[in-house]
Amino acid sequence: MSLGVLRIEALSKRYGRDALALDDVSLSLDGGEVIALIGPSGAGKSTLIRCINRLVEPSSGRIWLGDTELTALDGRGLRQVRRRIGMIFQEFALVERLTVMENLLSGRLGYVGFWRAALRRFPQADIERAFDLLEQVELGAMVDRRADALSGGQRQRVGIARALMQTPDLLLVDEPTASLDPRTSRQIMRLITRLCGERNLPAIINIHDVPLARRYCRRVIGLRQGRIVYDGPADDLDDRVLTNIYGEEDWDTQAATETETETDEGGV
Amino acid sequence: MPVVTRQGQPAWRLRTPRTVLLAWLVWFLIVAVLVWSWQFVSERTIWAFVADAPRQGGDLMARMVPPDWAYTAMLWQPLWDTINIATLGTLLAIVIATPLAFVAARNTTPALPGLRALALLIIVASRSINALIWALLLVMILGPGVLSGIIAIALRSIGFIGKLLYEAIEESDAKPVEAIIATGASPAQMRLYAIVPQVMPAFAGISVYRWDINIREATILGLVGAGGIGLELMASVNVLAWGRVSMIFLLILATVLASEWLSARVRAAVT
Repeated sequence: MSLGVLRIEALSKRYGRDALALDDVSLSLDGGEVIALIGPSGAGKSTLIRCINRLVEPSSGRIWLGDTELTALDGRGLRQVRRRIGMIFQEFALVERLTVMENLLSGRLGYVGFWRAALRRFPQADIERAFDLLEQVELGAMVDRRADALSGGQRQRVGIARALMQTPDLLLVDEPTASLDPRTSRQIMRLITRLCGERNLPAIINIHDVPLARRYCRRVIGLRQGRIVYDGPADDLDDRVLTNIYGEEDWDTQAATETETETDEGGV
Repeated sequence: MPVVTRQGQPAWRLRTPRTVLLAWLVWFLIVAVLVWSWQFVSERTIWAFVADAPRQGGDLMARMVPPDWAYTAMLWQPLWDTINIATLGTLLAIVIATPLAFVAARNTTPALPGLRALALLIIVASRSINALIWALLLVMILGPGVLSGIIAIALRSIGFIGKLLYEAIEESDAKPVEAIIATGASPAQMRLYAIVPQVMPAFAGISVYRWDINIREATILGLVGAGGIGLELMASVNVLAWGRVSMIFLLILATVLASEWLSARVRAAVT
C-alpha cells in the first residue's frame, strides 16, 4: 500500500486543562519499517503510541491502520482492530499469577469467546503458535512457570511473545528496556528488531536510550513538548539535533558513556 | 511552619508553639471528660453488687466445673447445624458479594450511572446490621430454624466480603489491565484475565476469614431461635444446668480453634 501501513494526521491530545501533550503530530509508517521514538520525559511518547490503539483517547486528529480509520471506531470494531496491534510494555505488564503459557494465550483473547477463555480452551492452532513463539524467544523450558518466577529479561521476552501471538500488523513498543540492565536491554532490542525483520512487521519503539535507538533503528522521530522536531535517519542524529530534542547538554559525555556500556559485559 | 530562625540559625521543631498548646488543651479535655463520665457511671451503680462480684463469679464457676460430658451426645447434631449455617451462609454471601464487588470497584464498575452507588448502598446496609439482628427479623418472617440462620449469616457477610473484595479490586495493578485491553479482549475477558488472578489470594483470604467469623456468630444465633448450638445454650442457661453450659463452651472453643487452623492453612496455600 503506497499510503503506508500506519498514517497519523494532525493528532493532538490534551489531558484535562493541561498543556497539549501532543500537538499536531503527523507521521506515516511503511511496511516493515521499525522506527524509534525519542524525546525527554513528558514529551508525549507514551501518549502518542497509546493514542494509536486508543488506550488513550485522542482529542483530535485521525489515525489509519491500512484502510481502517482507527479514530472512527468504538466498541466491537475498536476491539477487532486492537487485535491487529501488538503492544510491548516497559514494566512487562504480564499477569504475574498466570503461567507463561496463559500469558501468551491472552494475546488471542480477541479471537475466542468468554467461556473458552475462562476454561482455557484455546484452539489447538493457538497453542501450537504459542509453543513456536516460546522457542523463538528461547523460553521453551518455561511454559508452565508462573510469570512472577521469571527474571526481567525473561518477562520481557514473554511480553514480546504475547504481542506476536496476535499476529499483528503493527507493533507498539513502550520503553522496552527501561526496566532492564544494559546487556539485557541490547538482547531485547536485538530480539525485537530481528523478529520484526523476519515478519516484515512495522514497529514504533519508544525509547529513552539514544545509543540503542541509533543502533537498532534506521529511522528516528524526535518528540519535544508534544511536537515532532526530528524525523529522519538515525545516522543524522548529531549534537545539534539532540540539543533540539532534549535541550542544551554536553553530548560528548553521552558518547563516552555509550562506549563504556558498549564494552560492559556485566549484567545477568 | 516548624522552621524558625534563632540567633541567625535555622531551628527545626516538629510542632509550632501554637500546635503544642493546642495538643495540651485536647489532652486536658480528654481527662476532664473521663473524670466526669466516671462520676456519672459511679452514681448509677449499686456498689454492693459489685463488691459481691468475685464471690458470685466464683460460685458460678464452681457450678460449671464438672462439665456434663454425657451431654455431648445431644450436642453433635446442633453443632453440625451450626457449622452448616456458617458454611452455607458464607457460600451464599460469596455468590452474591463477588459480582457486587466488581460493580462497586471504581476500576471495574460498568459505565452505567447510579449502579455503583447502588452496589455501595447494598454493601453498607448489609454491614451496618449485625447477624443476630438479621436473625431476629428472619425468625419472625421465616419462622425459627436453620434456614433463618443461613440467610442471616449471608446477609451480614455480603457487606463484609463485598467491601474487602472491592477494595482489593481497586488496589490491583493497572498495567496488566492495559495490556489485556490492548490485545482486543472484551471487558469481561479483561476482568477474567487481568483482575481475577490478581485478587485471587485476597478473595481466598477474605472468604475463609469470614467463614471463621461466621462459625463464631452462628453459635449465638440460636439465642433468637435461628438454629444451631445456641438453642441448646439458651435452654441450658434457662434451667440453670451450668455443667451443660460449660460443656457447650468447651465444644464451641474446640470448633473455633479448628476453624481458625483451617482458615490459616487455606490462606497460606493461596499466594
